Amino acid sequence: MSMLIKLTQAGFQVAEDLFIDVADEEIIPAGSVILSLTRFQAEGDALVTAGRAVGVRIASDETVEDLAYDLPRLALVAVVFPKFRDGRAFTTATLLRERLGYRGEVRAVGDVLREQALFMVRCGIDAFAPADGATVEDWARAAGRYRHVYQRAADRRAPAFEERG
Amino acid sequence: MYLYDAIDKDFLADRAAEFRGQVARRLAGELTEDQFKPLRLMNGLYLQLHAYMLRVAVPYGSLNPTQLRAFAHIARTWDKGYGHFTTRQNIQFNWVKLGDAPDILDHLAGVDMHAIQTSGNCIRNVTSDPYAGATAQEVDDPRVWSEVIRQWSTLHPEFSFLPRKFKIAVTAAETDRTAARAHDIGLKVQRGPDGDLGFEVMVGGGQGRTPYLAPTIRAHLPASRLISYLEAILRVYNRHGRRDNIYKARIKILVASLGAEEFARQVEEEWLKIAEGADLPDTELARIRGSFAPLDFAILPPRSDVFEAAKASDKAFARFVRNNIKAHKQPGYGIVEISLKAPGATPGDASAEQMEAVADLAERFGLSDIRATHEQNLVLPHVKLDDAPAVHAALAAVGLATPNINLISDIIACPGLDYCALANARAIPVAQSIAERFADPDRAETIGELKVKISGCINACGHHHVGHIGILGVDKKGEEFYQLSLGGSGAEDASLASILGPALPADKVADAVDRMVEAYLAIRQDGERFLDTFRRAGMTPFKEAVYVDAH
Repeated sequence: MSMLIKLTQAGFQVAEDLFIDVADEEIIPAGSVILSLTRFQAEGDALVTAGRAVGVRIASDETVEDLAYDLPRLALVAVVFPKFRDGRAFTTATLLRERLGYRGEVRAVGDVLREQALFMVRCGIDAFAPADGATVEDWARAAGRYRHVYQRAADRRAPAFEERG
Repeated sequence: MYLYDAIDKDFLADRAAEFRGQVARRLAGELTEDQFKPLRLMNGLYLQLHAYMLRVAVPYGSLNPTQLRAFAHIARTWDKGYGHFTTRQNIQFNWVKLGDAPDILDHLAGVDMHAIQTSGNCIRNVTSDPYAGATAQEVDDPRVWSEVIRQWSTLHPEFSFLPRKFKIAVTAAETDRTAARAHDIGLKVQRGPDGDLGFEVMVGGGQGRTPYLAPTIRAHLPASRLISYLEAILRVYNRHGRRDNIYKARIKILVASLGAEEFARQVEEEWLKIAEGADLPDTELARIRGSFAPLDFAILPPRSDVFEAAKASDKAFARFVRNNIKAHKQPGYGIVEISLKAPGATPGDASAEQMEAVADLAERFGLSDIRATHEQNLVLPHVKLDDAPAVHAALAAVGLATPNINLISDIIACPGLDYCALANARAIPVAQSIAERFADPDRAETIGELKVKISGCINACGHHHVGHIGILGVDKKGEEFYQLSLGGSGAEDASLASILGPALPADKVADAVDRMVEAYLAIRQDGERFLDTFRRAGMTPFKEAVYVDAH
């Protein structure tokens, strides 16, 4: 079992990853799984109906709105950062939270580095699989670097203009 | 000008502390250059040909004397005694040591300055009108909206890893001093049909290897809806802009491939889904607007006897007035342009002593306001005409009274192969050779407004696509050649330049410009600028003048 960093009410914590990330060519194993969007659309319904915990992996070029109707049935949504510089998953996460009202886990996977921790948290991502070996302390420090922020975002943190009140 | 409060100051301190930690990790070998690169770029630190270069933001080109003195201090302490003002109203220090960069950022934070988002694929420093708050032309102060955008775009959670860099310009005057249509987004503040304040929104301009002028995608956006509309544009771009090829990743390519109409439709569709709550509250708009309240101008007669007497008795001052002093909205005041284009100088360079002299003048005579222009000059926007002779004399004493604003030697040039790792050819020596050729100020004034813009490579940092005469350095089998183009404009009459003919070697460029100028003088009609004559007469007379020997 690999480890994850999760953002909970109590702050950042290490958590065991209970899900198996399933590639499209692999046979779906027993237990909780994460499938690609395409695979979920083909085979997800049967798994969910059978009571399995299923998450969906959204590639950075996929349209998260396609998942809207299924969101209440999902255990988590994994947003993929194929490269550090590919910022599409920030929009995916924002839309999941702000437009589609998704309350479940949104997990950052792929080229996930601590330098993006603040941006990820602000876009509503609450589970992280760091690719740079960052510890939970590193992650918390990076995400908490700034005492203030300037924009409204999915994390509901009060922006500067509200602090100024 | 906008004053940073405790929140803004905390933010910069946090940023500087973060970068200090990152540099320490790099110097200790915990980060490789590959891992460090995106981090240093987020703080404007480039690795150039000979050294690190630090690009410091001058938000919408607005500075106070303390900030300009801080630049002088940085130039003297951590660089070689000068700084370089860029075509984006920023300043670059070309000889920075990595280990010193955290101290420099701390020093900057101490005067409310920073290098945030001066590089990387994020929303860069906003360009605005250097005459803001001083020109009678403007319908509103564009700095208000520039500051709104500065705050909104700073470490934006969703839009800090865009397909490519993103530049926004805000202008509020008929005369466009921002090159708005050459930006990813150009915003023109205007009054709508009902007198309401709003923006004409232009999207998809840019230079580089595929230049485009931004088409208007919305004729009038209510001012209060600016942030939600920008969010819609950026979201469409973040999702659909190309990421497979950095040369096709700017928003201009997306707009051009979809067509302006379809792009606009997608933006509007997205915008309708964004709630009005995404906009800035009116109270915050009012707070920011309050920072730009009209200054405490003296009530003066429009005519200054001191000014007129100096003009009559001092030819150098009279020439300076003709070219460098522009109309101010307040009677008895003028806008003083300070040229950083003295003959033989590097366009945009200012020494520590010069920066300090300008800071002193701003304090004594200029209501402590200083601007940097995208044409790489400085401006004292509020000088009493009574004080203009003293300001002129003080500028002359430090080599800053060159009376050539908008004339042929007021050249934009990128740093070129002398500094830049991307360049194919040198730009500065070419600029110098042209400036020297036209060093005779009478001749330069006879020629009139003529904008020469030089880029050392296809990335077009020297804006050659929008030069009346554009010059592009190219590499031909290891030799530097220069491709000339004509008819560009970055102003309100924006257009892209067309290529004149085969590229020329460096030592023929000034000759070619000279011949084109002579051709223009021979055929110009009453009051035409070079650009107007080109637009009327076309390429032929200029082509013949330059390539006559080739036939």
